Amino acid sequence: MNAIAENLKTVSHGIEVREVNKEFGDFQALKDVDLIVPDGSMTALLGPSGSGKSTLLRTIAGLEVPTTGQVFIGGEDQAKKPVRTRNVGFVFQHYAAFKHMTVFDNIAFGLKVRKWDKQKTRDRVTELIDLVQLTGLAKRYPSQLSGGQRQRMALARALAVEPSVLLLDEPFGALDAKVRKDLRTWLRRLHDEVHVTTIFVTHDQEEAMDIAQQIVVMNEGQIEQTGSATELYDQPANEFVMGFVGEVNSLDGKLVRPHDTEILPAPTPGAVEVEIDRVVRLGFSGRVEMLTVPEKKEVWAQLTRSELETLNLESGTKAYVRPRPDAVTKEDTGALDDAFKEENPAIHKPTSVEPGLPV
Amino acid sequence: MEAGLTKGLVVTYLSLIVLIPLAAIAAKAFSDGPGHFWDAVSQPQSVAALKLTVICSLVVVLINAVMGTLIAWVLVRDEFPGKGIVNSVIDLPFALPTIVASLTLLTLYGNDSPIGIHAAYTKYAVIIALLFVTLPFVVRAVQPLLLSLDRDMESAAESLGAGKLRIFTRIIFPNLLPGIAAGVALAFARALGEFGALVLISGNVPYKTEAASVFIRGQIESDNVVGAAAVSVVLLVISMVMLAFVNLVQKWGLRHDR
Amino acid sequence: MTGNAGGRLSRYGLRFVALLYLAALLLAPIGVALVKTFDEGIGEVITQVTKPDAVHALKLSLITVIIAVPLNTIFGIAAAHVVVRTNFRFKWAVNALIDMPFAVSPVVIGLALILVYGTGGWFGADLASMGIQVIFSTPGIVMAVVFVSLPFVAREVIPVMQEIGTDQETAAETLGAGPWQTFRSITLPAIRWGVTYGIVLTTARALGEFGAVTVVSGNISGETQTLPLYVSKQFETFNSVGAYSASLILAILALGTLLTMNLLRRKED
Repeated sequence: MNAIAENLKTVSHGIEVREVNKEFGDFQALKDVDLIVPDGSMTALLGPSGSGKSTLLRTIAGLEVPTTGQVFIGGEDQAKKPVRTRNVGFVFQHYAAFKHMTVFDNIAFGLKVRKWDKQKTRDRVTELIDLVQLTGLAKRYPSQLSGGQRQRMALARALAVEPSVLLLDEPFGALDAKVRKDLRTWLRRLHDEVHVTTIFVTHDQEEAMDIAQQIVVMNEGQIEQTGSATELYDQPANEFVMGFVGEVNSLDGKLVRPHDTEILPAPTPGAVEVEIDRVVRLGFSGRVEMLTVPEKKEVWAQLTRSELETLNLESGTKAYVRPRPDAVTKEDTGALDDAFKEENPAIHKPTSVEPGLPV
Repeated sequence: MEAGLTKGLVVTYLSLIVLIPLAAIAAKAFSDGPGHFWDAVSQPQSVAALKLTVICSLVVVLINAVMGTLIAWVLVRDEFPGKGIVNSVIDLPFALPTIVASLTLLTLYGNDSPIGIHAAYTKYAVIIALLFVTLPFVVRAVQPLLLSLDRDMESAAESLGAGKLRIFTRIIFPNLLPGIAAGVALAFARALGEFGALVLISGNVPYKTEAASVFIRGQIESDNVVGAAAVSVVLLVISMVMLAFVNLVQKWGLRHDR
Repeated sequence: MTGNAGGRLSRYGLRFVALLYLAALLLAPIGVALVKTFDEGIGEVITQVTKPDAVHALKLSLITVIIAVPLNTIFGIAAAHVVVRTNFRFKWAVNALIDMPFAVSPVVIGLALILVYGTGGWFGADLASMGIQVIFSTPGIVMAVVFVSLPFVAREVIPVMQEIGTDQETAAETLGAGPWQTFRSITLPAIRWGVTYGIVLTTARALGEFGAVTVVSGNISGETQTLPLYVSKQFETFNSVGAYSASLILAILALGTLLTMNLLRRKED
C-alpha cells in the first residue's frame, strides 16, 4: 500500500470501495476492487477501454449495483441508497445537457428537485455560472454552446447541489485537444477552490498525471496499482503499469524506459544488436530510433546532447543496446501487447432495440 | 415511471385489445377441426377473393416501388415552385378517411366519370383504390434515406468514370433498397387488409371484384363466422410474414452501419 | 443531375411523371368530388350536414376520438418506455403485438372483437350479466378504433426515445429527481414532438376508421353510426349529396390533420 493511502486509513470521509465485484452476465467487469479516495482529493481512474474504470465510477455513483462488495461515502455504507439520494455530482462524457432547458434551468434543476426557494436558487445558480465562467450565457440553450461550455455547464449543474463527491466520466473525452488541455487546467484550479472529493475517469495518462493527486491504474476489471504519478512512473508494480504509464522498449524479453536505454558502440554481453534508423536532436536532448537485428523491432533511446555527441551515431550503422545498470525493468511476457491488440469494447448496457417502422 | 407497473399495464392493454381477440380468431377458425378450416378456405369464393387480393396487392406494391421511389427522388433532388405543398399532399391518404377516398375515386373513375374512364366495379378499380391508400408508404420510407445519402459517393463514382445509369443502379439504388423494401412490405400488408377504400368502388362482385376483407364481412353478415375466421387467419398469416420480412430487411439494410 | 440538356430533360421528365401520377391519383378525384359536392348549391350541403342523423354521427365520431386518443397516447408512451428502456424475455412479443394492427385487416379486427366481447363471445356473456354491452354499441366502436390506431404514438415515440438515450434521465437521477419527476421534466419534453405527431396520426385514423367499426357497430342510423358509416349509408341509399356533404366534413378534418402534420414536421427539424 502506498503512502497516500496509508495516510488515509485514518480519514473517515472520502470514498471507500471494499471488495467490489461486478458481473454483466458472463462478463466480469470488476474483480475484487478495493480503493480508498482521500477526502477532498482528486483521483484519476486510468486504464484502456474495457478496463472497468467507468463501471467502477458508476458503481460508486449508484448507477450500477455491485454484484458483491460495498461502497462507503463519507464513512457511510451506500448499499441501500439509490442514486438520487446519494448526493453525488456526476458529469457525463457527452454532457447529458438537458437540451430543452436553458443554461440557468440546467444548473437549477437539482435545486428545484430539492425545493429550494426561488431567490436562493437564483443566487446559487448565478454564483455557479460565474464560477464556471459562463457569465452572460444563462439564457442560452445547450445547442448554442460550444463543447467546452457545455461541459462546464454540466459541471456547474453537478456542483449546484453541493455534492459530497464529484464523479466525472471521461469529462474531456469528446473535446478537441486544445480545449481539453485548457479545461483540465481549469478543473484543477476549480478543485483547489471547491475542494470536493473528486474522481475522474480517463484513458489519457497525460491527463491523469497532470491533474490527479492519486492515480488508479486499472486493467481487465482489476486495480493494477494506486499511487502518485511519480510512484507509477518510477516504481511500476508490474509490466502492465510500466507499459501503460510512460514509454517503453522491449529489449530481449525485458521492458525498459527509453531514458534507461543505453547505446554501446561495441558488442557487449547482454546487449542487443541494432541498426541505427534515425537520430533526432531536440534542443538539449535527442532521440535515437533503432531497429533490432534481425527482427527489425522498433526501439528508441532518449539521450542527452553530450551523450549523442560522444556516440556520434549515423543512420545505417550498427550499435548495441541494453538497459542501464540502475534501470527499472519488468519481464515482457507479451501480456501488454494482448491488452492493446484487440480494442476491448467498452461495456455498454443495451438500450436499443430494432429500429421502428416508418409510418 | 415504475418499471414493473408500466410493463404490467402495457402487457395487459395489449392482451385485451390485440392478443386475446386475435387468439379468438384463430380458435374460431379451427373450432370445427382443421378439415372444416380447410374447406372454408378452399371453397371457390374464398379462393377467388384471396387470389384477387394477393394479385392486386402485388401489382400495387410493384407500382408503388417504382412510383414511390420516383416521387421521393423528385421531392429530394428536384427543385420547383410548390414542392413543399406537393410534399405535404403525400400524407393525404393517411389523413383522409378511406370511405371518403373510395367516394372521391368513384366520382372520377366511376360510371358518371367526367373524363370517360369507367373503371368502377372492375379489378382496375381495386388497384386504383389500393394505390391511393398505400401511396405514402414507399415515399416516406425512401425520402429520409435519399436525404441522408452521401452525395460524395456519387461524385466519387462519377470521377471514376461511371455513367448516370451505373451510378443509379450501383450506388444509389442499393442504398435505397432497405427503404423501398420496408415501404413495400408495409404497403402490401395494408393493401391485403384494405376494406373502406374498396367498398364503394369495387362493386364487390363475387369471383370478380370481391376482395378478401369484403368477402369476410359478407361471411360475418351471413352468419358464417367460422368461414370468416378461417379466411381471416390466412390473411393474418400472410401479413405477419410480410412484417417479419420488414424487420429482416431493416436489419439487413443496417448491416453496414454497425 | 446538372447542366447538360440530357440531364435537364430527364429531370423535367421525372418531375412530370411524378406530378402527373399524384394529380391523377390524389388531386383530380378530390377536386372532382369537391365540385360534385356543391352541384346543388351550398344550401343543400348545409341542409344535409345538419340532419339529426348526420349530427349524431359526427358527435359519435368525436366521442370515440376523445376516448380512444388519450388511451392510445398513454399506452403509446408507456409501451415506448417499456420497449426502449427495459429488457425482458418476451420483449420481442410486445414489439410484435404493437405492430399487429398495421398487419391486420380492419374487418378482421372487427370480427376478433365480436368473438371476444360479442354475445356468443368469450367474455360476452359475463359482460352482459354485468349489464355491459360492447358489441353493437359505443364501447365496441371505441375498442375497434383503439385497436386500429394503437401503434401510431408508440411507433413515433420509440425512435425518439432511442435517439435521446438515457444520459439526460440518468443525469436527472443523479441530481436527485425521482422517476415521475424525471419523466415529467426530462423525458416528456424531449419526446413531445414525437408524441404530438403520433396523436395527430391517431386522431386521423380514429376519425376515419370504417372497416372495423362497420363490423362491430351494427351501423344503426342515429345510434351506432359514426361519420364514415353515415357516408356509406347515404351513398347506399342513393342520397349522394348527403354522402358528399358528410365526406366534406371528414375531408376538412383531414385537411386540418395534414396541416398540423406539416407544422409539426417543420418544428422537428
